[in-house]
Amino acid sequence: MSSYVPAIPPDVFREPPAALAFLRHVFAVAGAEIRKLRHDPLELLSRAVQPTLWLVVFGQVMARLRGVPTGRLTYLAFMAPGILAQSVLFIAIFYGIATIWERDLGILHKLLVSPATRTALVLGKALSAGVRALSQAIIVYALAVLMRIDVNFHPANVVGVLVLVIMGSALFSMFSVVMACLVKTRERFMGIGQILTMPLFFASNAIYPISLMPDWLRLLSAINPLTYQVDALRALMVNGGTSALGLGTDFGVLLLGTALFVGLAAKLYPQMVT
Amino acid sequence: MTPDSDSARAAPQAVEPVGSDAVPPAQAIRTLGLTRRFGALAAVDDASIEVHHGEIFGLIGPNGAGKSTMIKILTTLLPPTTGHAWVAGFDVVSQAPRVRRRIGYVPQLVSADGALTGYENLLLSAQLYNIPPKECARRIHEALTLIGLQDAANKQVSHYSGGMVRSLEIAQSTLHHPAVLFADEPTVGLDPIAHRAVWEHLHELQQRFQMTILVTTHSMEEADQHCARVAVMHRGQVVVVGSPASLKAQVGPAATLDDAFIHFTGATLEQGGDFRELLRTRHTARRLS
Repeated sequence: MSSYVPAIPPDVFREPPAALAFLRHVFAVAGAEIRKLRHDPLELLSRAVQPTLWLVVFGQVMARLRGVPTGRLTYLAFMAPGILAQSVLFIAIFYGIATIWERDLGILHKLLVSPATRTALVLGKALSAGVRALSQAIIVYALAVLMRIDVNFHPANVVGVLVLVIMGSALFSMFSVVMACLVKTRERFMGIGQILTMPLFFASNAIYPISLMPDWLRLLSAINPLTYQVDALRALMVNGGTSALGLGTDFGVLLLGTALFVGLAAKLYPQMVT
Repeated sequence: MTPDSDSARAAPQAVEPVGSDAVPPAQAIRTLGLTRRFGALAAVDDASIEVHHGEIFGLIGPNGAGKSTMIKILTTLLPPTTGHAWVAGFDVVSQAPRVRRRIGYVPQLVSADGALTGYENLLLSAQLYNIPPKECARRIHEALTLIGLQDAANKQVSHYSGGMVRSLEIAQSTLHHPAVLFADEPTVGLDPIAHRAVWEHLHELQQRFQMTILVTTHSMEEADQHCARVAVMHRGQVVVVGSPASLKAQVGPAATLDDAFIHFTGATLEQGGDFRELLRTRHTARRLS
């Protein structure tokens, strides 16, 4: 066997144009993730519990106080978009655990030796996290209708809401992957996830307006992407809702934030397997 | 045969300035003074090997010898600290994307996704490896036939046996007919039937596609039986390279590959026992079993 044996040229498939290959890889990863949902639909159902508690219990009690200045909106209408954003955030912020899990198993190794670029792999994961989060939109819309909240069903608004849900979930899930890549173990990651969820939620306009906040909290809410997501959701999801910051700003911040964390995650992703 | 390190140490000067494009793909895998340090520890220490096209090459050594680190470098997952490596004619650092298109990798861990079916796992690999959409179904069918999993294709992988999962992983990593396949401990933890099946798949792939296969194992029996040549690694270094027969012949007339392994890794130094005694006890143990 030591003599030279010419190899059969391996199948190196003609490279599709880079952009096309990139998109195919993104959808391959996202598609596989979404197929997993079909095998475990129960997971989606269990995620209806938290927004229900917040809206039905917390929301109804707070609505009686009438102490929160919510403008033309009822407190429940004010809060529903915030709870949608919150329930998306609470799922997305733990997304990194899947990355650690996939590393522990060896699935991540398989992805990283493939010809797909790291950005395509990460973006596929982000997209799948976004699509998963759509279930939260369905749940919160349904709850809102049941609670007689004045929901805006104009198709453009609904599409806008869905896009915001996907973007918010992609952003925070990639933030989570970045943290996972930094801390690397499940135990440390769970600790950090717990620490981050509530501050992100409270330092936002999800359940009370920014005008009620002390200055230091306003500052935090201004750098919190959740604030921009809630602001846009409030303008699009309920009749009479308005954007305090401007929809252009909201979408711009979310897009930039998503790009930033996808980029960071792609950069750190390979470190998981070394 | 002696380790390639002598010729390798002379070579870098000629190789380095020319750049990786100039290195002809005469060998399926070639490493020169490959070193990877983690802090003070050199997991791979000045390792130089050459793996010929189409051969099954074994990387053997005790746990922690550096086999897995070596594979990670060769599969572009981990950059070397110093030294060079070419796989399928391309530099693993500067031409990593081109290397990735030409290799397959079966990690030691479980890389198939238990939450997906066998078919869905294969589809994901086909898409990631740029197999044209029209070609996907045929390739997946071909792979399922090779590993005998047609009937289980639409079952979720979490219901597969260990042997089925390993077979699926081999299929996943070879859908694109890679020039070089890396298999990290492919048979560890498998029952004898699955063990045999895995080797049948690997031989089939080697013969049908002239695939070069690099396996790591710490089973000497396995290396002896299936590998054309082996490199023995110890504490990050490649201590000897050669065919199992030549390594055995260097140790003694009745030596097994186990003996050769112990001889070349100097296991007596570590274990503090007498070498001859160790050999004797090992022989005894084998006779009894």
